[in-house]
Amino acid sequence: MHQVEIATTRQSLMDAPEMTLNMGPQHPSTHGVLRVILKLDGETVIDLDCDVGYLHRGMEKIAENRMYTMIAPYWDRLDYIAAVSNGLVWVETVEQMMGLDVPRRAHYIRTILTELNRIASHLLWLGTHALDIGAITILLWAFREREEILKIFERQFGARLTCHAWRVGGMPNDAYDDFAGDVKRFVDNFPNRLDEYETVLSENRIWLSRTVGIGVISGEEAIAIGLSGPALRGSGVAWDIRKARPYAAYAEMDFDVPLGENGDTYDRYLVRMEEMRQSRRIVKQALENLPDGPVNAKVPKLLKPPIGDYYHSIEGPKGEIGCYLVSDGTQQPWRVHVRPPSFINLQALKQMSIGHLVADVVAIIGTLDIVLGEIDR
Amino acid sequence: MIALLAAPTFIDSLLLKLFSEQTVNYVIWPFIQIGLVIVITTGWVAYATYLERKISAFMQARLGPMRVGPWGLLQPIADGLKLLTKEDFVPENADRWIFFVAPYIAVVAAFIVMAVVPFGPDWAVITDVNIGVLFVLAVSSVGVLALILAGWSSNSKYALLGALRSSAQMVSYEVSMGLAIIGALMFARTLSLSGVVGAQASNSIWFFFYQPIGFVIFLISGIAENNRAPFDLPEAESELVAGFHTEYSGFRWSLFFMAEYAAMVVVTAVATTLYLGGWYFPFVYKLETAGFHNIYVALSVFVFLAKAGLLLYLYFWLRWTLPRFRYDQLMDLGWKWMLPAALINIVVTAIGVTLIQGLDGWGGMHTIKSITDGLALTLSGKAIAIVFGFGNLLLTAGILSLINWRSRDFNLKKQRRKIRLVDLPKGKPAVAPVASETV
Repeated sequence: MHQVEIATTRQSLMDAPEMTLNMGPQHPSTHGVLRVILKLDGETVIDLDCDVGYLHRGMEKIAENRMYTMIAPYWDRLDYIAAVSNGLVWVETVEQMMGLDVPRRAHYIRTILTELNRIASHLLWLGTHALDIGAITILLWAFREREEILKIFERQFGARLTCHAWRVGGMPNDAYDDFAGDVKRFVDNFPNRLDEYETVLSENRIWLSRTVGIGVISGEEAIAIGLSGPALRGSGVAWDIRKARPYAAYAEMDFDVPLGENGDTYDRYLVRMEEMRQSRRIVKQALENLPDGPVNAKVPKLLKPPIGDYYHSIEGPKGEIGCYLVSDGTQQPWRVHVRPPSFINLQALKQMSIGHLVADVVAIIGTLDIVLGEIDR
Repeated sequence: MIALLAAPTFIDSLLLKLFSEQTVNYVIWPFIQIGLVIVITTGWVAYATYLERKISAFMQARLGPMRVGPWGLLQPIADGLKLLTKEDFVPENADRWIFFVAPYIAVVAAFIVMAVVPFGPDWAVITDVNIGVLFVLAVSSVGVLALILAGWSSNSKYALLGALRSSAQMVSYEVSMGLAIIGALMFARTLSLSGVVGAQASNSIWFFFYQPIGFVIFLISGIAENNRAPFDLPEAESELVAGFHTEYSGFRWSLFFMAEYAAMVVVTAVATTLYLGGWYFPFVYKLETAGFHNIYVALSVFVFLAKAGLLLYLYFWLRWTLPRFRYDQLMDLGWKWMLPAALINIVVTAIGVTLIQGLDGWGGMHTIKSITDGLALTLSGKAIAIVFGFGNLLLTAGILSLINWRSRDFNLKKQRRKIRLVDLPKGKPAVAPVASETV
């Protein structure tokens, strides 16, 4: 493979001073209110700094003054694209501190819905990432499929985006009547649609030239920064919490983990596309083996986890989303800390972007798949 | 319809009663034509936006404008009214005068080209300049000036970057565009656009068949010159917000918009004229011999608009399916692919034309009918020219591969990798699903 090194000249051209460009917080492709301060020589990025916090809500501090059940809705608004996954971290952490036995059926339905949420999140990523690179039509196609998932969510949880999905100890209510039918219809339909997207992008010459070799990060560097999720797997590191520390019903599911090789934007794109296929596979399995029974454990009226601290994390669509919880034995946690995948993945932006052009910075922000609700908390 | 087409004769007789014949021929009629062309072009531009929205909607599984009028047909008018009544905002430290003037340069440069475009035979041409092709190239490159001025005067970094990009882009693609035309001109032997159509009509062939490569280069360069996707870097909304017109709003913004669409219409019109036979269509000519002159002209205009419309559809199609090039890749394409291809095209066409001329009368062969009104070829001459044109495709592909085979973007499909699928070993569950249902 011939790879062209883009020369980074520290010495500016023709006595022109370096230009500082503020990208954001109001910018169409920083995926929210991220502010990226770029130092440019012509259009080449020589330095870059991220300014976050425009969406800060003090969620971790608020959590210290709420009861355990009341904190859950705040979690839905962290990564608002994947509210269902976020909610799961919180309830599972509390369940484990309390030592609750969650019924199998609840675990299975949780698995189905979090995987659907992963697909929805990846579809939104696909649409916006393609839009950043200039392919507009994919966005609307991806939203068409996402709509199907959101309809399932709406029927199940009563909300489309910030669904308050779970309760400590199980689920607020059992799956609705035609849940299996709706999910099955989606699962049957989805692979064709995914192939359609791949025909537009995967072998598109312009798409390849915009993504191959852009934003390269090696496996070692990725681990050093603490990347997780598809961004880590794109660099070829075999790490998936669904496999390493299975939660919900993942221990009983059969699925593969896609791994990239070069750690560039194109590999991350392929990894996410394949992840959607694997998610579909998991949903299909879980739906076929969906056990009967109750969906709620016996939960005390007042949640008072024993004194101590606990860390639990799941494989969210963006990466490892974790919850560090310190309990002092009262109804309110003493400290709640979120391990936000987007925030930590964003740290790789500088390393990935330097030496590339402005257009690539946009592509790299897209490939990191960040959500500002989670970065700023 | 027939009554409408009889109108020119009627108006002519009416005008002759009021003014002298010279005034009517050289002042009044041109003004009527100019007015008509401006009205028609503006309407075309307005409904091009409507069509683009409808076509994109069709591609994206949605409906597009549906509310204003039946099928949203009045949407362009509603849009225009909205833009006219919006606040005309000027940034604080902008160079006000240049900021005000820039959109007018853009729109005038785009519209003025329409003056030499032959929409049809006879009265459907405003002016037939004998250097029409040069005029088109020269005036449309003035449009760059508007972009640079707009970007510079806005006092915004995004606008400045957009302006720099657009100037570099337009200058580099204009070169290959100008060179691509030369091949067609070798067959037409005139720079007048009407003359080019005449050469194709009298020859009963489209120059596309002689010049497939020239046509492709012209179209690609034209799209790049119009700043349309996938070459819409100057206004790449995901990087530069809106490029050179970031700071424009309301009416001035709509002028830029109109200029963009008018420039698209111009490029499609010129491409039609040069390569697709312009208003020439095989059987329409019979109307002229049958004596229906005005109907013939009107039908020819329709043929022209239909051909240009198809090319316009290609513009929309590309825009809504392809991702955007990066700036340096765009330059690569311009200088390392388009320019060599255009040069090869010139050389091969020149050799072909010389060969055809040399073969004429050699060994009883008869390749050329006449050389006065374009290069009129006999059947065998046409065959040689077409073979040269399409043989050139192979040659160009070969030489371009030779030039570019070391570049990163040469064979990206080969570089396309598969990802590995790994079944990782399962770890100790963090949450063990409970086997017994305990409630």
